[in-house]
Parts: sequence; C-alpha cells; structure tokens
Amino acid sequence: MTPMIEAAGLVKRFGDFTAVDGIDVTVQPGESFGFLGPNGAGKSSTMRMIGCVSPPTDGLLRILGMDPVRQGPAIRARLGVCPQLDNLAPDLTVLQNLTTYARYFGIPRREARRRATELLEFVQLSERSGAEVEPLSGGMKRRLTIARALINEPDLVLLDEPTTGLDPQARHLVWERLFRLKQRGVTLVLTTHYMDEAEQLCDRLVVMDAGKIVAEGSPRALIERYSTREVVELRFQAESQSGFAAKLEGIGERTEELPDRILLYASDGDAALTEVHARGLSPSGALIRRSSLEDVFLHLTGRTLVD
Amino acid sequence: MIAALEFHLIDFSRNWRGTVFGSFVVPLLTMLGFGVGVGGYVQGGVDGVSYLEFLVPGLLASTALQIALGESTWPVMANMEWIKLYPAQAATPLRPVDIVGGHLLFALLRVIGGSSAFLVVGVLFGALPSAWALACLPIAVLLGLAVAAPVFAYSIAVPTEVYLSLLMRFAVIPMTLFSGVFFPIETMPVVLRWVAYVTPLWHAVDLCRTVTLGRAPDWAVAGHLLYLALWAVAGITLAVRGFHRRLGV
Repeated sequence: MTPMIEAAGLVKRFGDFTAVDGIDVTVQPGESFGFLGPNGAGKSSTMRMIGCVSPPTDGLLRILGMDPVRQGPAIRARLGVCPQLDNLAPDLTVLQNLTTYARYFGIPRREARRRATELLEFVQLSERSGAEVEPLSGGMKRRLTIARALINEPDLVLLDEPTTGLDPQARHLVWERLFRLKQRGVTLVLTTHYMDEAEQLCDRLVVMDAGKIVAEGSPRALIERYSTREVVELRFQAESQSGFAAKLEGIGERTEELPDRILLYASDGDAALTEVHARGLSPSGALIRRSSLEDVFLHLTGRTLVD
Repeated sequence: MIAALEFHLIDFSRNWRGTVFGSFVVPLLTMLGFGVGVGGYVQGGVDGVSYLEFLVPGLLASTALQIALGESTWPVMANMEWIKLYPAQAATPLRPVDIVGGHLLFALLRVIGGSSAFLVVGVLFGALPSAWALACLPIAVLLGLAVAAPVFAYSIAVPTEVYLSLLMRFAVIPMTLFSGVFFPIETMPVVLRWVAYVTPLWHAVDLCRTVTLGRAPDWAVAGHLLYLALWAVAGITLAVRGFHRRLGV
C-alpha cells in the first residue's frame, strides 16, 4: 500500500534559519499520526510542506505517492486542511463558507449543499447554518473549519494545532469529533503542543524539537521507554528547593528539577514518597501521578512543552 | 478560476447595497459639480463640444480607474494578510492563476457595473451625443485590467498598507489630474504631458472621448489599445508570479 506521507531527510530553510532539519516520517493509510513539540519546533513548517503550500528546501517528500512540487493541485484535491488560525470568510454565512469552498474542488452546487448540510450536522452547527461567521465562538469557528476540511471527502486530513486557544469544553467537543473521524478510518495528521491531545488522538507520534525528530512511537511506548510508570511531584518552599534535590538521591530512577517543583520518577510512587518522608524531608505538597508525554519531552529536551 | 469568482460574487451579494448606491450618486454629484458648475464658466466649450460632453467620457474612464484600484489595493492585502482568503484557497486544488484570475474577474465585473451606471447618468444629463458611447464599456474593462493587474502584483508584494496609501497619493492623484479628464493635455507643459503618455489613464480617456463624441477612429486608437493591452499583459504576468511567491504553491 502506498504510504499517505513519505518524507526522507526533509529540510525547510528560511534564509539562514532552518525550521525543519532533515526529518524522516512515514504515515500509513488509516493511521492517526501526530507531531508533538513546543512552539517553534518546526511542526507547522512541516505541515505546510505536507499541505503542498510550501516547497521543501531539500530531501524527499511524497504525499499520496505524488510529488508536492509538481503535482500540488492533484494532491491538494485529496487533502483536508485545518490551519492553525481560522481563515473562514467572515461576511459569509456558515453554510456559504462550506458551499463556496466545495466549489474550489469542482463539487457541483447541489452536491456541495448536500455535503455542507451533512457536515454541519456532524460538527453540531446545523442550527447556525444561516448565521454569519464573525460572531461565532472560537470553538464553533474551529468546528466549522474542520467541517470545511472534510467537504471534499479527503483521504488525508491535516490539523495544525486543532484545539489551541479553545476552552476545555470546546476542546473536548473537537476531540470527540476527531475521534469519530479516526474511527471511520480517516487518516489524521495533527500537530500539537498539548500532550493530552497527542495521547487522546494519536496512534503514533514523533516528538520534535528545534527542527529535528527526537523520538518516535506510540504514546504508550514512548512513555514506557523514556519515563517511569509513575511520577511524584514534590513542592518545597521556593527558597529552599535547591538543597532538596541532592537529598532525594537514590530514590526512584531519577529526578528533574523545575523552577517550582521537583519531579521524582519511580515505578512505584507510593513507595518513593514513603522513602522521601523516611529521610525526614517534608515537602509542602506532594502528588503522585502517571507518567505522560510531557515527562517524555522533559526527559528528551530538558524543557517543558508549554512555557 | 470561476469557483474563485463565485466566492467574490457571493461575498459581494451580502453587502452590495452601499456600492450600488455609491456608483450612481458619485457620478451624479461629479457631473453636477464639474460639468454643470465648472462648465458654466467655460465659454465656448472645449475642442468644439460643450464642457459637459468633453468631461463625461473622462470621468467615466477615471471612475473605471477608481473601481479597479479600489478592488486591487486594500482588498488584496486583506485577502492575503487579514481575512486570509488567498491562503485558504491555496490549500485547495486552485492554482495562483485561478486565485488571481477569480478576484481580477470580479474587479472587472465591478468596473462594468460602475461604468454602466455612469453611462446611465450621462444619458440623463444629455452628455452622450453618440450611441457609440456603449463602446466605453469594453474600453473601461481594458483600462480596468491595465490598472488592476499590475496593482494586484504591487499589493501582494508590499509589506504594509502604508505602501497602498503611497500609491494612491503619488501615482493615482497625479494621473487623474494630468490625464486629460478635466482639460485637454495639450494645455499642459511637455513634462506633464509625458505623465499622460506613460500612465494608462489618458489612453482610455482619449478612447472614451472618441467614442462618446462619435468621432472617426484614427491611428491613435490602435496605439491606445495596444499600449493598454501591454500594461494588462505585463500586469497579469507579474501578478500571477507574485501570488505564486507569496502563497508558496
């Protein structure tokens, strides 16, 4: 089967700045694939190259088996793109935003209307069909943008930070809709700097930092490989934290010191915390939680995802 | 390209009222103010016709110019930078030539609409002695293309809207004043006459005047048409190239 995306040694440079620094990625049909990384990691530049709106500087890139530079229109006809910043037409109605966009794909007017109505149902915006776009909430606009990306029944859907800037309730609604698409077998490729988003939606992901891929695998596999099962978060009085890290030596597998807390990585969080207390240390706060992709990223780069 | 044009038409259909009102009221006011007001002081007419008859074809061409400019400056920057219509279109099978073409066709339709309204007002003032005046419409379209296409290329390339204001101040206003709209360019010093020769507007003004006054076409007509076509072709080439570069497709 032809991979949806095949990239080898892919590079994007803007003048002296290298945004994407030789990445290798393969995405198979039906997969839900993520690019996880902080802002500026090169995720959006990669997405734009995949979306055939930014020619690669170097390396090989094949989308749906085709060359994005020479066969851009043919590839884009089969993509659904949800950009990071909404670019809906503010003066048009919700329905008109979908039908005018459908026409760019050569979809006949009647069919465009039918699909638009169906998609508004899917993203739960039917009752707003005749309303203007401008007064809609951020979550509604994002759902409309997702509906717009599906108007051509794409083989591959690209979502650049699909829930950035949305409130928690709106995020969950978007996730739930994307999860349904995933269940239908649609290939999803998304970028995110939210580890929970990556964990919820991605079968497989790459962690990007400074234009490079620093790790690859399923969320679970990455956590198992780069972190422990549990994490103990310890908070101390701010001025005295520095001394404590040394005193934790030997408990669990390792520690990470953040400005406001110390993370103690251990397979058994309870046992580790008991040991902390046994050493006569009394943190002002202690929390035991399961490891997440955030811990993976912290371990790989020494930095947190969302600053 | 047609799909992109459809977008602009639907977008326009949602707020067209002000535009249509304006396209009748503005020519009405200018004809009253200049044609009747200033014309009252012009003894014996100009070039053997009344001042109003002299003025109306000039105003028609300059109206076409204004509409073409209006659609090719701020809207182009807005569609690239603010509303991001062009980037949204670039994510679809549309090519830069379709994206430019769709918007340019829309601009030309507006030029036809505005010029038609002007002709109607001109007829009501009795300022259009010849039925050949209808030929002003294709002339207006050619001028619209000769102006809008290169300005599309300019607006897509400049970094901020300050450059759009500069274009209006230093290119459009002198062009409107020194292109034979209000007085024959023969009355100007040679240096200023060259402003008229080089820029597109005067060529269209002279063409419109030839047809509204029902004069026999001479060798100058071919020259005007050729020169405007040159602007149009160069402008389209530059605009498509500029959109290519900005949209990365």
